[in-house]
Amino acid sequence: MSWEVVIGLEVHCQINTKTKAFCGCSTAFGAEPNTQTCPVCLGMPGQLPVLNAVAVDKTILTGLAIYADINLESKFDRKNYFYPDLPKGYQITQFTVPLVEHGHIDIVTKSRGAKRIGVTRIHMEEDAGKSMHEGLDAVSHIDLNRSGIPLMEIVSEPDMRSSDEAIAYLKNLHQVIRFLGVSGADMEKGQFRCDANVSVRRPGEPFGTRTEMKNMNSFRFIKQAIDYEVVRQIEVIEDGGAVIQESRLWDSVKNESRSMRTKEEANDYRYFPEPDLPPLRVSQLEVDNIKAGMPELPHQLHARFEAEFGLSAYDADVLTQTRELSGWYEALVAAHPADPKRCANWMANELLGRLKEMNKDLAHCPISAQAFAQLLDRMADSTISGKTAKDVLDAMMETGVSADDFIEAKGLKQVSDSGEIDAMIQAIMDANPNQLAAYRGGKEKLFGFFVGQVMKASKGQANPAMVNQRLKELLKAS
Amino acid sequence: MPFSSLSEIKTRLDCGETTAVEVAQLYLDRIAAHNEQLNAFVHLDADHVLGQAQASDAYRAAHGVHGARALEGLPIAIKDIFCTQDGPTQCCSNILKDFHAPYDAHVITKLKEAGAVLVGKTNMDEFAMGSSTETSAFGVCRNPWNTDRIPGGSSGGSASAVAAALTPAALGTDTGGSIRQPASLTGITGMKPTYGRVSRRGIIAFASSLDQAGPMTRTVKDAAMLTAAIEGHDPLDSTTVADAPQLDWLKACEQRNMQGMKIGVPKEYFVEGMDAEVRASVEEALKQCEALGAELVDISLPNTDLAVAAYYVIAPSEASANLSRYDSVRFGHRCENPEDLLDMYTRSRDEGFGSEVKRRILTGAFALSSGYYDAYYLKAQQVRTLIQQDFTQAFEKVDVIATPTSPVTAFKIGEKTDDPLTMYLSDIYTIAVNLAGLPGLSQPCGLAQGLPVGLQWIAPAWREDVLLGTASAYEAATDWHKQVPAAFNEISGGKA
Ligand SMILES: [Zn+2]
Repeated sequence: MSWEVVIGLEVHCQINTKTKAFCGCSTAFGAEPNTQTCPVCLGMPGQLPVLNAVAVDKTILTGLAIYADINLESKFDRKNYFYPDLPKGYQITQFTVPLVEHGHIDIVTKSRGAKRIGVTRIHMEEDAGKSMHEGLDAVSHIDLNRSGIPLMEIVSEPDMRSSDEAIAYLKNLHQVIRFLGVSGADMEKGQFRCDANVSVRRPGEPFGTRTEMKNMNSFRFIKQAIDYEVVRQIEVIEDGGAVIQESRLWDSVKNESRSMRTKEEANDYRYFPEPDLPPLRVSQLEVDNIKAGMPELPHQLHARFEAEFGLSAYDADVLTQTRELSGWYEALVAAHPADPKRCANWMANELLGRLKEMNKDLAHCPISAQAFAQLLDRMADSTISGKTAKDVLDAMMETGVSADDFIEAKGLKQVSDSGEIDAMIQAIMDANPNQLAAYRGGKEKLFGFFVGQVMKASKGQANPAMVNQRLKELLKAS
Repeated sequence: MPFSSLSEIKTRLDCGETTAVEVAQLYLDRIAAHNEQLNAFVHLDADHVLGQAQASDAYRAAHGVHGARALEGLPIAIKDIFCTQDGPTQCCSNILKDFHAPYDAHVITKLKEAGAVLVGKTNMDEFAMGSSTETSAFGVCRNPWNTDRIPGGSSGGSASAVAAALTPAALGTDTGGSIRQPASLTGITGMKPTYGRVSRRGIIAFASSLDQAGPMTRTVKDAAMLTAAIEGHDPLDSTTVADAPQLDWLKACEQRNMQGMKIGVPKEYFVEGMDAEVRASVEEALKQCEALGAELVDISLPNTDLAVAAYYVIAPSEASANLSRYDSVRFGHRCENPEDLLDMYTRSRDEGFGSEVKRRILTGAFALSSGYYDAYYLKAQQVRTLIQQDFTQAFEKVDVIATPTSPVTAFKIGEKTDDPLTMYLSDIYTIAVNLAGLPGLSQPCGLAQGLPVGLQWIAPAWREDVLLGTASAYEAATDWHKQVPAAFNEISGGKA
């Protein structure tokens, strides 16, 4: 009998605000320890939180993007536990009434197709600081720069049935968040961290006991950790044991997880309403305004690129991965409107390929979309061949030179004058009487020989289509 | 002059009859003479006080009489719960021993801007948890009317200092009666403004949904002056209200007319257990109000008997979280040679907190813990709503409510320290006001066996003008506020 895997995900995503959730400190990454702190985020006596309105707006925007309900009145609560990097001894979070509830994200996986994954809630909370134990002899150091950084916690329904679905959900969510510009979502900087709740059951039975895999910050580790945990749980049960409810930590070096704490050891967080912050009230008008300013979402762009520009699903996929990509593509089409498909092919294959080789992202591309469009124009008007265009693009990427300047300077302009081409053909025929006779005698394979000779004589600049056409006519004539 | 009111001193300063330095010196001398006996001040830097007074005199000289600020040159003592950049802020707890705040509380900034001279830090119950100032880590504070007795609490140091004229006025905080009860027990005036009227920023939190700062003074007008200086929306305290009704504080005192005023007298506040002489004093005061043209209306606040229980769930619950930050990691007392993190936490907090504070942290943590939350915290919040409704209904019938402030006069030091429940009942008449977020004022209305009795006024939210007007009318018709503790009323050798 088979096993069914049940996965629910909690994502902690840093909201990209200039200042922290409840004080005016900077959120810039990478500063010297404890330089971005103040009495509020240090938990000094008598200090009070003031909610960052930008963080609220960005959380609402995220909620709208996943088709969720926005609670016009939500509440803040205190989550109590002692840890040295938690200055107040409690975290301000939204426990009872979150800002966002009841959304969804649609995913597609190869193995299981299209599926809708429910998002239970998105609530706002503050991050804790960072404790550092390693390399310090018997002492710990604490950096509170991160203390009070605003987070969204995005909690899914236990709707995923495989690690592939979990990753598809996460990638989709990650992409939406980046599109909205509500978070840098840089996983290496800890701006997008994931906890996975995993259990297994026989199909149709109630949920099994779940374990929580904590704090993973790469898609690869998340998949590995889930797969490992599924195997581990099935083994435990098939060996006659029972899964115990616990938190587990993924060790990406040993490729295994270990128990952090069991349910019995878990904190009682003693949640209660945060008396320093009145309920968070937002008006429907504010929500509507945020909605009106919402950028096009990846799936909407994808559909539009297919319909409006006739792109393949694959190209549309590639070009909607980030807002930078889709924006660049649209600028390119605007500058070269005649052939959106050519734009897509050349951008996806030639431009992005070269950028990848150069280890650069689109933001640091040496040429603009308009400059790239000029290159495509020169192909469209037969000034250069596609083959020459690739060489021109190499030069453009290397030096930033414009397509026209480079073609002019290097004399790469294609010969499309029929008189000139006819003259070249005549000269080749005159120089090769034997081959001409043989061709005319039926050895049509020699056609390629004549094409080669003409292209060689033109130093590759003769328009190949015209050479073909004129050759066919002139070789026949007698 | 020592027993002068703030406004009397202000007049003399404005007329040039005295200077801020002379005034400051007068009170510094009195503190030097009497504080050892009373222990009202736990920190005093005389040079710093005189420096502020000199600066104030210079300001007055530069700006003239009309340029003088609202509290120009007036000495105000500060409860040790307010963070001040100058001197230590210790909340009378060993866990904050020698703690220096790098910031001023919002109300301290406002007092400085108003030209006040801040006079030291006054004694209090540790973290404001107490009704007698006996839980202070810096020793018990005494009542100037009888130094074997407590001055009430938790703002006992401020009350004692004003009552003995070691300062003409002081700031206190009131979470369940901590301004009004000590004011009552020391024969002075104390007001707790509407919750949200005064910023809590920089005031060490006890119970955030209940705490409110307020004045402790010799007269009602002084209370108005001081409140006017400290109140107002603070964008950095989200619980202050931006569009709160603005009042003309001094005008409210001048409009002292009891004619036609409907005074509600809640039957639940005149019950068994209250001192007979206290009862007689308050009833006499009510008769006097009637004689002044007020109409006494019997009302009922049916959930009054639940207030103390609800308070002793809600306040400790909030306190248990508010006091978590005293973990010895960033500031405050840390034990010697901790073995590990847990040892550091437990030993530092065990050594730093006194027994009453520990009792409340444990009570609060228990009330919030999983499995008990619904039965305690949630139930207490429901009671809170009922108490608010009681008041709302009462204020449909009456303009203001009058009650005794405390069921008893000042009790003996040590009398109730072994019995927390009896101690908690000292606040039985004041607690409901905090739970409902209303303004309340206590003023002297009699003496029972030589000890002051307080009359409490309660008004609808944001109607401090009603409190001040009513209390001013009563004050104008009586002279209880002029009674001073004889032992501290020696003929002064100074200019005054
Ligand atoms: Zn800060």
